[in-house]
Formats: sequence, C-alpha cells, structure tokens
Amino acid sequence: MHIDIDEIAKTFGGTTALLPVSLNIPSGALVALLGPSGSGKTTLLRILGGLEFPTSGRVLFNGQDATGLTVQERRAGFVFQSYALFRHMTVFDNIAYGLRARPRGQRPPKAEIARRVTKLLDLIQLPEIATRYPTQLSGGQRQRVALARALAIEPRMLLLDEPFGALDAKVRKELRQGLRDIHDETGLTTVFVTHDQDEAMELADLVVVMSMGRIEQIGKPQDIRAKPATPFVRDFISA
Amino acid sequence: MSDTTLPTFRTATEEAPLLRAALIGIAVAGLAVLVFAPLAVVFAEALKDGWLAAVESLGNRDARSAIHLTLLITAIAVPANAAFGIAAAWFITKFDFRGKAFLITLIDLPFSVSPVVAGLCIVLLFGANSALGGWLIAHGWPIVFAIPGIVLATIFVTFPFVARELIPVMIEQGRAEEEAALTLGASGWRTFWTVTLPNIRWALLYGTLLCTARAMGEFGAVAVVSGKIRGQTATMPITIEMLYNEYLSVAAFSMAALLTALALVTLCLKTLLELRHADQLAAIRRH
Repeated sequence: MHIDIDEIAKTFGGTTALLPVSLNIPSGALVALLGPSGSGKTTLLRILGGLEFPTSGRVLFNGQDATGLTVQERRAGFVFQSYALFRHMTVFDNIAYGLRARPRGQRPPKAEIARRVTKLLDLIQLPEIATRYPTQLSGGQRQRVALARALAIEPRMLLLDEPFGALDAKVRKELRQGLRDIHDETGLTTVFVTHDQDEAMELADLVVVMSMGRIEQIGKPQDIRAKPATPFVRDFISA
Repeated sequence: MSDTTLPTFRTATEEAPLLRAALIGIAVAGLAVLVFAPLAVVFAEALKDGWLAAVESLGNRDARSAIHLTLLITAIAVPANAAFGIAAAWFITKFDFRGKAFLITLIDLPFSVSPVVAGLCIVLLFGANSALGGWLIAHGWPIVFAIPGIVLATIFVTFPFVARELIPVMIEQGRAEEEAALTLGASGWRTFWTVTLPNIRWALLYGTLLCTARAMGEFGAVAVVSGKIRGQTATMPITIEMLYNEYLSVAAFSMAALLTALALVTLCLKTLLELRHADQLAAIRRH
C-alpha cells in the first residue's frame, strides 16, 4: 500500500509539533523517519497510525483519503517504543489479541488462531515462548513479540516507534537484520522512527530527515550521505 | 559492640543486630497495643456472658435491622464508589486537560473534611428547611433521616479510597498498552475490559476492600444524617454507640465484634485471592 502525506500539520495546545509536511511513501518501501527528539517524527508516525489526528492536511492510503479513519479502521501494525506488551497475558495471548478482538463474523476459529500464532512465533524465531509472560522475556525477545503481535492482524502497513531504542548494541544489530528480513518476506510498507543515523542509513530504502517539525531531506541513504541538502542534515549524519 | 567479635560482613542496607531487634520490638509492641489488644478486648467483652448471650443480643429486631441496614448501605456505596473511582482515575490519568490538579484535590476533599461537617452539609442541602429538601419530601423522597441520606453520607466519606489506589497505578502504567490494543482493532470498551481492568484489578480490589471496611464502619457523617431512629436508620456503628450509652455492654460489644469480624472477612478474602493468583501477581510485577 502506498501512503501519501499531504501538508500534514499538528499543534498541541500552543506548541507546534509538525509544520505542514508532505511525503510520498511507495508501496512496499522501508522508510526511516530520522531526527533528534522533538523533530516531530513520532508525531508523524502516530498520525499515520491514527493515534493522533492532524490539525490540518490529509493522509491518503492507496490514493484514498484516510485522514478521518479511526485507529481501528487503519489496520496499521504498530510497534511501540517500550513495546507495550500486555503484561497480564502470555506471549500467545498477546499475539492472538488482535485476532480475538475482531468482530464475531470475521474472527477466525480457535484452531486457526492457534495456527497463526504458532506461525508468527516461528517467523520471529521464538517458537518456545508461547506460555511465558512479557516480564520473563529479554528486551530483544519482547521487541520481536511486539512485532509478531502487530503482524497478527494482517496489517496494511507496519509502523515502528524507535524499535531498537531500548536494546543493547549487539542485540540491536541482530534485530535490524530481523526487521529487514520480515519486511522483505511480508512486503509490507514499513515506516520506522529512529534518532540513530546508522540505523536509518543501514536499514531503510528511503530516509526522511526531520528537524523542528520540518522535513529537511528525503532520499536514498547514499544520496543523503553524498549530497546533504541542508547544514542540519550534514551535521546530523556526520555526528 | 565489643572488639572481640569477629568482623562480619553485611550488606549496605542491613542494620546492626541491636538496632534491628529494637526496630522489630517497637513495631511488634505498637501492633500489640494498638491493634491486637483492642481486638482481643472487643471479643472478650462480647463473650463475657457466654456465646449464647452474645448471639441472643444480635438476634432482636433492632439489631437485625441495624445489620441489614449496614450491609445494604455497603452494598450500594461500594459499587458506586468503585465505578466513580474507576471513572475518575481513568479520566485523570488517560487524558490531559486543564484543572487536573484541582480535580485531584477535589477527590481528596472527603479525607480532609470532618465526616460530621460532611453530614451537616447533606442536612443543609437536603433537609426539610431547604428548597430542594422540601421539594423531595413533598414528592415522597426524603433524603435526610432516611436511607438515601445515609447512602450519600457514606459515599461521600469513602469516595477517595478507590480513586486514590488507582491513580498512581494507572499513571505508572501509562497509556501505551491501551493504545496498542486500539491499534490491534479492539474497541474502546473491549480495551477497557481486556487491558485496563486486568492491569488495575489488584489496586481496584485493595481500594474496594478499604472502601468496604470504611463504609461499614462510618459513624460521624451517618450519625448526623440518619437521625438515629432505632430499627429504621440506625446502622451498626450507631447502634453500638446507643447500646454502649445505655450500659448494655454485652450487646454493644457483640455488635462491635460482628462489625470487626466483617472487616476481618474482607481482609481474609484479599489474602486468599492474592494466594490463589500469586503466579499472575509475580508475572505482572516488574523485576
């Protein structure tokens, strides 16, 4: 699914989080929103997911206006910064949550839910952990469970907020490849937010550099490295 | 501390044996004097003339009416306050709005206002001399010196218990899990039942139990609004006071023992539930 962001702006009370920004995300792309904290990247991601609504502007999914769609209607697989796993549920129940939440007519039968959860656990290469609780998992395992939970709803796109932020350097490297693999396997349009330029440059097809609620530059990693458009981008990627 | 003892190592937070013994001693002595001794006295006084006399004193019409009334008031006030408490805590923790600090202060108000004053406010507002009270009485809905007044007074006094327990827990948990449920397609209602409520259930249980114990025992506010009509608006605490003033000590203490036993039952229930769900509790708590 391709996503068009058309002059989206957002203010919270008196403060401007996002100046009008526009961005076209081609179908199946892996896009990084890169910027320091306060650059508006998370706000933009949350607007895509339907967790915030823009003050002005439009969001289009496959050319259709999706600005007014509720968070449920968007069917975006969202991975939260601290993963937000349901702490009182096992890994199995966490992953099955989205399927069980479907209206009765569309809800798969029990056996089908179990089959899909097992398949997702295989996909994230953690087939053994179905009966554990989130507190009994390592950071890397939690991140992968959060990813599996988001994928379980057969999302139209994948949105990730600092997916590697809470992990140590070694696990971070491993999971980068993991996300790349899952993206390539599912072909989902994927947008992730990061403040780590290495991560953005290594992982993404398209990097969107943001600062102070503005988009500074949009381009392939090598182009941004070769031709930074503004002094900010040059500074930020050389840091 | 003598020099002859071998040097022993202890962790940074561990105290010297003498100090430890002293602290434990103080705690045990405090509990003994303030909690166990009064409890023992209540039951001893109640059973002074034997079981039969105690049970008999609870069996007469006025006593049964008081027990029935207290249970009824509790059964109305506690669910109402649980619902109010959840709603208030939800509103305060999941939304940002102006005047939030003021609202939190307002929730705490019943803790700082004397129950007697609260009772008087209800009398002033709904009594026969007020316009509202007069209208209600004319339409057959007396509030003061009747059950609605006692319910109102009890709800007012016990209002903060549930909300106070829930607010810190819900602030600590943040909104991310609810947001996750919504992105997975769950409705707001389903999110509440499957994510919010399970996450707060222990705090809710604890708040509800405190609220129950307080609701059954409330005296000051109820004393003002109830009119202390024997067999009609006299709750258990009111009845205890009246019996005691009439030097009917066995009857007074039997009723007091029963009230205490009810409170102990709620505490036992809580402990039982905690034991039964120990594994879940351990999993939910962060390490």
